[in-house]
Amino acid sequence: MKKPIYLDYSATTPVDPRVAKTLCSYLTVEDGLFGNAASRSHQYGWDAEEAVEKARKNVADLIGANPKEIVWTSGATESDNLAIKGVAQFYAKKGKHIITCKTEHKAVLDTCRHLEREGFEVTYLDPEQDGLVDLGKLEAAMRDDTILVSIMHVNNEIGVIQDVKAIGELCRSRKILFHSDAAQSAGKVPIDVEEMKIDLLSLSAHKIYGPKGMGALYVRRKPRVRLEAQMHGGGHERGMRSGTLATHQIVGMGEAFRLAREEMAAENERVRMLRDRMLEGLKDIEEVYINGDMEQRVPHNLNISFNFVEGESLMMALSELAVSSGSACTSASLEPSYVLRALGRSDELAHSSIRFSIGRFTTEADIDRAVELCHQKISKLRELSPLWDMYKEGIDLSTVQWSAH
Amino acid sequence: MAYSDKVMDHYENPRNVGNFDKDESDVGTGMVGAPACGDVMRLQIKVNEQGVIEDACFKTYGCGSAIASSSLVTEWVKGKSLDEAGEIKNSQIAEELALPPVKIHCSVLAEDAIKAAIDDFKSKQKG
Ligand SMILES: Cc1ncc(COP(=O)(O)O)c(C=O)c1O
Repeated sequence: MKKPIYLDYSATTPVDPRVAKTLCSYLTVEDGLFGNAASRSHQYGWDAEEAVEKARKNVADLIGANPKEIVWTSGATESDNLAIKGVAQFYAKKGKHIITCKTEHKAVLDTCRHLEREGFEVTYLDPEQDGLVDLGKLEAAMRDDTILVSIMHVNNEIGVIQDVKAIGELCRSRKILFHSDAAQSAGKVPIDVEEMKIDLLSLSAHKIYGPKGMGALYVRRKPRVRLEAQMHGGGHERGMRSGTLATHQIVGMGEAFRLAREEMAAENERVRMLRDRMLEGLKDIEEVYINGDMEQRVPHNLNISFNFVEGESLMMALSELAVSSGSACTSASLEPSYVLRALGRSDELAHSSIRFSIGRFTTEADIDRAVELCHQKISKLRELSPLWDMYKEGIDLSTVQWSAH
Repeated sequence: MAYSDKVMDHYENPRNVGNFDKDESDVGTGMVGAPACGDVMRLQIKVNEQGVIEDACFKTYGCGSAIASSSLVTEWVKGKSLDEAGEIKNSQIAEELALPPVKIHCSVLAEDAIKAAIDDFKSKQKG
């Protein structure tokens, strides 16, 4: 069977062949670059250390940081955990209040829930209907004992870009640390941790054509941010994260970040053109709703609800496309997306949403095929839908008494 | 999620999709579920003077298993008396379609839809 068209770049990206090539040269005895970066007594160690430091610089350069401020981790999940738990535990004597937003990734939300069980207090802000955090509401939530604000840069489901610069300024003026999860923004949106006044920034390699299981946490040095380590051992990464460095993974992440810095502008242009082509193609389908603000948004993401068709059957119908659904029916829970719910979307619209995410290897032909399939399948499913019938008869579905089950 | 061949077959080629005029006296309509829960089934039966279901049709908003469950029951109820149709159990539907545990509620909904259609028809005869 032919492989489906990949339109799920927000879930993960393929490794760029240039990255794969570099990464693979740090594994075998033939290449001779398999050393432990912590080995100070021989060439193998020195070579590995040099490669690691070069990669560290490439990662730092993409976000306007100093290489000394980059801590290697296993991915953005670990970075979020280290940043939030690390700060909470270190600064607990100063205060025990944290602010975040309901549309954050689970790596942030679940970490906060965990801290609540340990006696911290967390405010989960409601986003506005467009998915953005209101600065006034953020400021109103700040207290004297607030030690940390964690607001993601770009949302993974709806692609909206938060105004992290304004948030950073607000936090700095109130002497509150600011953490941002940039797993979905690095390589898509320019980042400058100085200008944005970000104190901690989570990064992942596999969202920008690097390997899975690799990430980094930016930890500000001036003014210095302190963390309680979550992984204890040999004291690697200045004690913040022990464990032998995964040279090949690190080199892969470094190369991916270097390429992102060089190619981001041109790539965004191309991706935006594809996204607009897709939007143009889908626009004439009746009753479609874009989720999240269209302006403050990365061009890679299109999250659309097709009213009166259910998400899982739509996914089945679109099996020729690899996309994500806003409804978690595919797992055991039958829960509509908590992100769309937080935007105030009805359960119905949340259930019928699809996230298309476009990337480096998407072609015009891919987009055209996706548009054609959407037209075909949505009209087929609407033919099957009693809700569509009722809508066409002019019945307001919100006034219908549904039988609960 | 992997679907059984039977679910795929009903999903790809749903049987008896359509509407009957719900105001006709020989038609019973059952609509169950709620959009917020992700599935709504509308099942209609046409009953002859002998009390036998002559024809059936459906429309379903829901996942593949919900569509398949309702498509299947339109086939099953045809030719059955109201009492026989009322005895169709969700477990039979689930077994026929090899539904996984998380999709059992789709077969429950299909059973409820049959019962609702029968009740609707019966209440029309009284009235
Ligand atoms: C916003 C965001 N944060 C964190 C993660 C987790 O990243 P990783 O897979 O590197 O742990 C993801 C990816 O799923 C994400 O989109």
